[in-house]
Amino acid sequence: MNDLKALQEKLQYDKTFDCVQCGYCLPACPTYETMEKETHSPRGRINLVKMAAEGKASLEDLEEPIEKCLGCMACTTVCPTNVQYGAILEGVKETLEDNKEKTKRSEKTEEFLFRSFFPSSRWMNRLGNATWLYQATGLQKVARSLRLTAMSPLHLGEFEKVIPSQPSPFVRKKRMQRVEPEGTPAAKIAFFTGCVMDSVFFEINQQTIELMKRSGAEVILPEHQTCCGALHAHSGKVGLSKELAMENIKAFEDENIDYIVNNAGGCGARLIEYNHLFEEGTEWHRRAKAFTEKVKDISEVLVKLDGLKFSAPVEKLVTYQPSCHMTNVQRVTKPPRQLIEQVPGVKLREMNNPDFCCGSAGVYNIVNYDDSMEILNKKMEAVNKTNPEVIVTTNPGCLLQMKLGVEREGKSGEVQALHLVELLMEAFPRPKSSIGKGSVCDLGIGK
Amino acid sequence: MKEWIYELKTTFSANQVLTELADRYSYSFDGSFGEYLPDAVVQVKTKEEVVHVMKMANRYKVPVTPRGQGTCLSGGPLPVKGGIVLDTSQWPANIKVIPDDLIAVVSPGVLTASINQEVEKFGLMYPPDPSSAHVSTIGGNLAENSGGPRGLKYGVTKDYVIGLELVTPEGEIIKTGGRTIKNVTGFDLTKLVIGSEGTLGVIIEATLKLVPKPPAMQTLMAVFDEVELSGRAISKTLTSGILPSKMEFMDQASIQAVENYKPSGLPVDAAALLMIELDGHPEAIKAEAVQVEKIMKELGAKDIVVPKKEEAAAKIWQARKQVSPAIAKIKPTKVSEDATVPRSKIAEMMEKLELIKEKYNIELIVFGHAGDGNLHPNIMCDKRDEDEMIRVEQAVGEIFQAAVDLGGTLSGEHGIGTMKAPFMEQELGSAGLDMMKRIKDSWDPNGIMNPGKMFPERGQKLVLRHE
Repeated sequence: MNDLKALQEKLQYDKTFDCVQCGYCLPACPTYETMEKETHSPRGRINLVKMAAEGKASLEDLEEPIEKCLGCMACTTVCPTNVQYGAILEGVKETLEDNKEKTKRSEKTEEFLFRSFFPSSRWMNRLGNATWLYQATGLQKVARSLRLTAMSPLHLGEFEKVIPSQPSPFVRKKRMQRVEPEGTPAAKIAFFTGCVMDSVFFEINQQTIELMKRSGAEVILPEHQTCCGALHAHSGKVGLSKELAMENIKAFEDENIDYIVNNAGGCGARLIEYNHLFEEGTEWHRRAKAFTEKVKDISEVLVKLDGLKFSAPVEKLVTYQPSCHMTNVQRVTKPPRQLIEQVPGVKLREMNNPDFCCGSAGVYNIVNYDDSMEILNKKMEAVNKTNPEVIVTTNPGCLLQMKLGVEREGKSGEVQALHLVELLMEAFPRPKSSIGKGSVCDLGIGK
Repeated sequence: MKEWIYELKTTFSANQVLTELADRYSYSFDGSFGEYLPDAVVQVKTKEEVVHVMKMANRYKVPVTPRGQGTCLSGGPLPVKGGIVLDTSQWPANIKVIPDDLIAVVSPGVLTASINQEVEKFGLMYPPDPSSAHVSTIGGNLAENSGGPRGLKYGVTKDYVIGLELVTPEGEIIKTGGRTIKNVTGFDLTKLVIGSEGTLGVIIEATLKLVPKPPAMQTLMAVFDEVELSGRAISKTLTSGILPSKMEFMDQASIQAVENYKPSGLPVDAAALLMIELDGHPEAIKAEAVQVEKIMKELGAKDIVVPKKEEAAAKIWQARKQVSPAIAKIKPTKVSEDATVPRSKIAEMMEKLELIKEKYNIELIVFGHAGDGNLHPNIMCDKRDEDEMIRVEQAVGEIFQAAVDLGGTLSGEHGIGTMKAPFMEQELGSAGLDMMKRIKDSWDPNGIMNPGKMFPERGQKLVLRHE
């Protein structure tokens, strides 16, 4: 009986009662759509958590339905009773994680991945460097022609094809930790670089910094920042995720900072909820709150600063694939669209049901490859109907997934997948304040 | 493994027959109370598959409970006797509009809202508008005879069905009605099946009647200091030659709940609000709006809002939509009733509800489709509080009695299912209920079609508590 009580607490049993089983989440859930059963719907999952907490089902019964959840949170946006699905999902993931018996080997791999790999900028840089080495030396071509990558069980080959070209280690190393605009700064921004963004999409991070600078902001890159912890929390490693949150809160604790800006929808969603990790009334909760109040997506801050003037038209038809975590957790939906529409020449054509997840979802597309591809197929159907030249996204996972989608459709020649920041840079943005003053120094990036 | 499950698994493809515990629990509930574990879930996608399941179930005498998307508020899709849940929600959607005949032929798994999206292309409308229309299937709506706010002017689901195709409990396909508005050939089995809550067969196709889509709409909101005045305003409007498409009512508790939840600018000190929608020709509704405004004023409305812009009107209806989620914040468990009384008795019913609220010390909130007498008394409680749930059970019984005493009915649009079954005799009398039972028994000799619904078992009482 006591065991059940403890289990109920861990599974957030009390929170499951907020669900009145109205079913309004069904049409919003991508896995209900592709897997075609209640077991893979938000309402079904919440009910299963409840059944497990009441001892009617076992934790093993929960495993598959929970593992197949994308965590896109589209259900929370349509839920009429504000069920805290995120908290329930995290609770059950942690419970399952603790319950799992693992082989030594997989434990070691995971330990490495989550404790050292994602949080370490050294490792992430090395990944970036290795990727660069791999591409620059032509190894990529050899590997591709030998179909080595296609044999890997994790389908890494599929992803490998769409990883962008990497800058040399030299470019990485020479990055400045502080960038100042011309004239008096309009704001002081601390940039959260993210792990995947800063390795695989290093160039986009550089462009992000440049855009903020040209908008009139001073940008700093706090040295001791680390991984946001989203991937950890999604895999049930809540404790680790909390440790990372504390490190970041410390790293960004500077009263002179106006905004803490990121360019990855998934990271932003984690950062903005740091306060949920600590008990209200505690010192850490206060510090977390001070942190989350400054968290902004790059699109929000660019709209707010309103400091850019685009000097070259981009005559392209664009469709926008919003990051689920931007839409459903950060609730940032308008600024990216506003910015796209500001670019002269661009025509924005919305796809049907844009809020439907693309199937990337952290490491979901690697762990649940087949399910992810089913979801991607649905997404590409909607994308193709808009007949775009560019698909714009705001999150590295979505960006890779959209690149993969384009590749799978055999359209890599015709359709580009870009981060919003890349599209903006294509239009040669200049600081509004210095228009007519002559040349703009652009640090040699963002051609 | 049971023999019939083995037979199902050998005849259907593996992903159509679900028997894992997680899957069975996922089809053990609906939007009402309780959970009942089926032995298997079969996801049917063709008429032939339904025939196959019914013939087999009839042979083995296994209960079959049809289910759409499980949004039901009265327990229709709950497999209370176990057996098979027949899931029709994955049936490929097929909507065939025949504009010249003003009809649409639809498959059972079609989402109700998508019918409207489709027929709108032809300037037509399918009027029934349950608030779950974007989630619920037409099959479920037909089985439960769903209503909605537009019921006042346009009626409910049964008023828009002229033909059905049905698989009987013995596995035969029958057709009822047809494609014409006028049809007096034999008994009206169409109307018998609509609202029979899946106890007479499985609907596999429906022919729906459509109407021209009204070209314009106008919203009005009237604020009252007394509930009784709002009741009289409804009657007066409806006897003045005007038939609004919607007349919705909110009491003070629901107004305050909405304002606490998502402030929408509603007057929190008002005793009652009426939200009215007129539809029709733009010139006609312009004149009607003036007349309604005058009536409201005469009957003592202290404020009347007539939004000029669509967004302002949408904001008013948005506030009405917020009632359900807003009151859910008061307490976690919602017992949602839909006892309905003749229009002229609304004020009296409101008084009775107030007394019941005090007598049992419960959180009772009233809103709903006042124009057609279909109120939604909602009791907010906590399933885990045994004492409270006993009081709620008693209060629900009294609400039903009050409605029946005023010449009304147990259920306007949600259905009987399991929860209201114990009160059937109260409204129908024993002979009336017996005639229904006899019909059921002759349609379903082995009692396999959604057993345990609508007809009370000996001594059955309303129980809302957790076992």
